[in-house]
Amino acid sequence: MTLPDELRNEEPSKLSVQGVSKRFRSRGHLVQALDNVSLEVGEGEFVCLVGPSGCGKTTLLNIIGGLEHADSGQVLADGQPITSPGRDRMMMFQESALFPWLDVRGNLLFGLKLKPGLRRKERLEIADFYLRLVGLERFRKAHVHELSGGMKQRVALARCLAPNPRVLLMDEPFAALDALTREQLYGDLQHIWQERKKTIIFVTHNVREAACLGDRVILFSPNPGRIREEFKVGLPRPRDINTVELARYSTSITAALKGHAVGEPREVAE
Amino acid sequence: MPAAVASPLTTAGSRNPLPRASRDAAWVRWTLTAVALVFLAFFLALPLAAVFAEGLRRGVAAYFASFRDTDALAAIRLTLLTAAIAVPANAVFGVAAAWAIAKFPFRGKSLLITLIDLPFAVSPVIAGLVYVLIFGANGWFGSWLIDHDVRIIFAVPGIIIATTFVTFPFVARELIPLMQAQGNDEEYAAATLGASGWQTFWRVTLPNIKWGLLYGIILCNARAMGEFGAVSVVSGHIRGETDTLPLHVEILYNEYNFVGSFAVASLLTLLALVTLVLKTIVEWRHAASRSAST
Repeated sequence: MTLPDELRNEEPSKLSVQGVSKRFRSRGHLVQALDNVSLEVGEGEFVCLVGPSGCGKTTLLNIIGGLEHADSGQVLADGQPITSPGRDRMMMFQESALFPWLDVRGNLLFGLKLKPGLRRKERLEIADFYLRLVGLERFRKAHVHELSGGMKQRVALARCLAPNPRVLLMDEPFAALDALTREQLYGDLQHIWQERKKTIIFVTHNVREAACLGDRVILFSPNPGRIREEFKVGLPRPRDINTVELARYSTSITAALKGHAVGEPREVAE
Repeated sequence: MPAAVASPLTTAGSRNPLPRASRDAAWVRWTLTAVALVFLAFFLALPLAAVFAEGLRRGVAAYFASFRDTDALAAIRLTLLTAAIAVPANAVFGVAAAWAIAKFPFRGKSLLITLIDLPFAVSPVIAGLVYVLIFGANGWFGSWLIDHDVRIIFAVPGIIIATTFVTFPFVARELIPLMQAQGNDEEYAAATLGASGWQTFWRVTLPNIKWGLLYGIILCNARAMGEFGAVSVVSGHIRGETDTLPLHVEILYNEYNFVGSFAVASLLTLLALVTLVLKTIVEWRHAASRSAST
């Protein structure tokens, strides 16, 4: 495969979650993390999963990522059932999970070295391409501990993008950052998503963040973990989290989250 | 990027001196320091100096002659052989145990953690006696071993087994809290990036724990070479055959060969000093890499 081919964006996947259930034993209690959850995510769609902690949204993300298995039900990616982690679905975590013994570019090369058919020169060019995309090309030789929290998450994002996946699975990736950095990353992520169209599932407990980023916001309720409601966010992009329109969306979602569904602009999907 | 200024502030705060009101009077500080120094000199520096002074009392020639003795050479060889087997065995076991305990839930985990500590809790002499009871001539497997001409007790295998038992917790104990604190995110990240289980272990888990592992191995090695109690019970003190360095020191001392005894002891002392230096270096690197990863 030649370099321009390699850098050409892979087509985003269509994901289909079909009746997924998962139970855990936690300190002697049986927890129904997911109870017959079904969800369709279109090609290149940006979907946010919101809910209180313990509602199974991270579990669902891990199952889609292939890191955990469902007790029953299945997840299809472009019609194929998911059974294990795969290069087509990359995962990003709250802690960057970067490898501190490698420098910034080394972290990107880690996944590229595991991808067959690439020569050394190509791997370096691909790594540089994605570092440029997240605005960190000057830091390619930097050590992980020299980076700020926001920069670490940019590297983690670049590392996820480098193997050219079809899906990005993001588990509260901005939760540990300060507000200013986070707002900057909202802008960057939307920009990158429009440039490198991926199907994104984004887990968060921050309603406003979800309304800012998602095409759709899926509301989960805990014990047992179920989908309660979903909202379509019809605002144009790129969105600014500080606008009044966005605040209105987030207020009505928050109201639904608290159980008393009021609030005006609410386009319930389907 | 605005977040860059956030982190260094938290660590810098602890290095500031205490406010004046909460500081102790000068004489308190000096007295405490003096007490600590006298204690150190008396219990650590003096014995250390005594070992080398005694060893060198008849001059440098006599000191080095002690190591040319065939029995001394045999003791050095046996000690190195024992460490060369016990330390890698415990390193492999320690990594495997820490990995299982830190990364997977399973029944009997707390029992396993307790068992790993057993060699620290039990007296080494008893550890040695247990192996005599199992493998000795009158032990459980004694007659079977004699029938098949396998010698464990009063032979090299017994020494290696006893040493392995005594040094068993060092690596595992060092790694368990380290790997528990690290969690699974980096392994998960590697898995989604396309690494197989084996690749994840070699390219992520092992680099992540290398300083902790090295630290455990250094301590394990120091103990393996210096172990006296358990080895003494299973060795039988056969000169030139089942004598390790610590046992050889005792034998020479009991024969009133003080120069020889202290010369050999000084070897073990040097080993201790080298261990301390290495330990400090590794601790320093370890701390640096841990603060780097958070």
